[in-house]
Amino acid sequence: MADSIDVLFTLKVVYTIYVIIAISLIGWFATRVTRAGSAKGPKPAIFYTYIGVLVVLGTGLHFLTYNLVPWVPIDLNRDKLETHKMYHYTFKDHKIIPKEHPVYVECGKKVVFDVVSEDLTYGFGIFRQNNSMVTQMQVVPGSRNDLMWEFHKNGTYYIRSTEYSGPKGAQMILEDAIVVRGCDEDDHHAMKEGGRG
Amino acid sequence: MSFMQKLMEGHEGGLRHETMTPLQKIAMRFVVIGLLYYGLASLEGMLMRAWEIKPLPFIDETHFFSIMTVHPMVGIFGSSYMIVFGAFLFLVSYLMKKPIYSIKMANLSWMTIAGGTLIMWLAGFLFSYAPLYTLYWPLPVDMEQFSAIGGIVYIVGVVGIMIGTFLFTYNVFKTILYTPEGWEKQPSGDLLKSALGLEGLLNFFRREKKEHLVPLPIAAISRGTIDMGLNAIVISSAGVLILIYMVGTVFGAELKGTWVDALLYKNIFWWGLDLIADGLVLIFVAGTWYLLAMIISGKDLFMQNIARAALFVEMVVSWTVWSHHLMSDQGQSNTLKVLSGEVVTAFELVTQGIAVFITLVTLYRARPLKMTNELKFLLGGILGFMLAVPAGIIQADLGMNRILHNTQWVIGTHVHVAILVGLTMTLYSAIYTLFPILTNGAKLYSQKLADIHFWLHLIGGIGMGAFMGMAGMDGMLRRAIYTNGEYNTYMILAGICGMMIMVAFVIFLYNIIMSIGIKGLIGIYKPAVIDTREPLPAEKES
Repeated sequence: MADSIDVLFTLKVVYTIYVIIAISLIGWFATRVTRAGSAKGPKPAIFYTYIGVLVVLGTGLHFLTYNLVPWVPIDLNRDKLETHKMYHYTFKDHKIIPKEHPVYVECGKKVVFDVVSEDLTYGFGIFRQNNSMVTQMQVVPGSRNDLMWEFHKNGTYYIRSTEYSGPKGAQMILEDAIVVRGCDEDDHHAMKEGGRG
Repeated sequence: MSFMQKLMEGHEGGLRHETMTPLQKIAMRFVVIGLLYYGLASLEGMLMRAWEIKPLPFIDETHFFSIMTVHPMVGIFGSSYMIVFGAFLFLVSYLMKKPIYSIKMANLSWMTIAGGTLIMWLAGFLFSYAPLYTLYWPLPVDMEQFSAIGGIVYIVGVVGIMIGTFLFTYNVFKTILYTPEGWEKQPSGDLLKSALGLEGLLNFFRREKKEHLVPLPIAAISRGTIDMGLNAIVISSAGVLILIYMVGTVFGAELKGTWVDALLYKNIFWWGLDLIADGLVLIFVAGTWYLLAMIISGKDLFMQNIARAALFVEMVVSWTVWSHHLMSDQGQSNTLKVLSGEVVTAFELVTQGIAVFITLVTLYRARPLKMTNELKFLLGGILGFMLAVPAGIIQADLGMNRILHNTQWVIGTHVHVAILVGLTMTLYSAIYTLFPILTNGAKLYSQKLADIHFWLHLIGGIGMGAFMGMAGMDGMLRRAIYTNGEYNTYMILAGICGMMIMVAFVIFLYNIIMSIGIKGLIGIYKPAVIDTREPLPAEKES
């Protein structure tokens, strides 16, 4: 099952290809526009096809991720999904206060991270040992902040506030906060040996 | 001619400011201050870039974030707003072939925005006020981290900027609609309908199309200005709210934790901010592209009715798009996330795509064109948005937002490429286009320097966005501190690219100063000799 590393790698490849195409297109245009040629514009059909392609690309991305990125259907259908276990955290005075530490999460089970802020707006991010992000949500005071997630690889993850809450909150980190076990596969970037990169 | 003489007098006689109309001077005043603020924003950006590589000893963490707070405000309001306002106040009068409604109001407008930006900047510099531009509730009123006086100074500065914005908005619409003395009565209702795009929309359903009363760029300026006015109302309201809490603190009344729902506030605030980010920026940019394409090609715009309709759609999109900033807020309803956050946002790809297509075709039909500064910077600007808009659409997806929100991807690949490459290169194109018109024919000092400026800025802008984006994809957050060199390779490369942008700006500034001369530059701020509200001197018009 795809995780954030897979999805972001795909993004890196696809977006880089797109950037090369866009730069080449403008480069080609810049060369051609200085040369003599026909003053005729494209047929309306070309324009409307182009608009159609943009609509398909713009909205198609969301259909694609709904079907390929595992956390999207969980997010959208979570009212109907059963929670295996809930983990509670309180954010206060620029500190992450867990109810239990670390939490041991079973592989492939839907767990919920329930976070309450008692003062400012924070963020709740789960990170691997190489600092890449697994997932995140905002933590807003007076609001519901609970994220359902399903892990598919063994590893030890740390929690970091992903939202700015003033200079004091620039490095709000809870080390070794989540330990996932029971999976067939290890998350190589989240294994504890050698510590954080 | 010696270097010093040229520096003082300018190239080939430089700028003869005594020949300039008041409106030409006002436009130049806006632009010059806008460029100086751009330099400041650029310097702040470089300080932060350097800090991200290795914390600088003379900037502590608190001050680092106060730089981060004022940097976008100086860049957007002090620089982009100023340059755009100066150009548009002139263009509305110039394109409508009508005197500007009020010279006094235009002067007051640049003074309040320039002054307001300075005051707001001082709140960061002197008092280290650092709630960032997002002002997430209740951070701006957190008196344990910030001083109340810093907050008050900040809000006073922002109010100054907003007053200047209101004055600009009023002056623009009044100039479009009013009847100058001695003129035949102007059809203000029809002009307003045309400016807002209602006529264009109705034309879609009419067999016999009605003629547009205002030129297309004026329609773009009008529609963007509506968003600008609405945004000023929202930001001013947030400012007043914060001010109430600050004054309360000064007088010993602790209001923190009362009244305000943080999520509702965030919704309203982002609704207002997106009127800039997803509204007037895209609308103004599209309008500027159309105008530049028409000037450069000397031809009418291709598919003008579609362009007008797209501008109207973009305005409606900008009113309904804010939720893509709240896709990681679990309290936000999924319906809003999907409809406003994903679907409406996706239409920005369409509206911006239309602007790219129409501009490029308009230029292409006029082949062969000379690769002038105006054209090359315009193409750079188009490329910037071609790269940045899809990046924005990608992060406005429920799946991608979970792993990209608040990372360097958002601020690098999307925001900085949009602003530095897309917007700024478009503005440079507009500056090169307007330069001879506003200066009554002053000559550019060096084409070679203009070319170096172009390439350094383009490569630096795209490169910086790319390396920040790569760091973001590897998990680097945008508003956090890393002290163990976790992302140093990316940050060093981004720093080198940032330096290229800054050097490009210094070269550009030098080129412009050498073109108009110090005397000409100072002369811009002296009262005009010619007493008229017309955009150009009488002999130029005839």
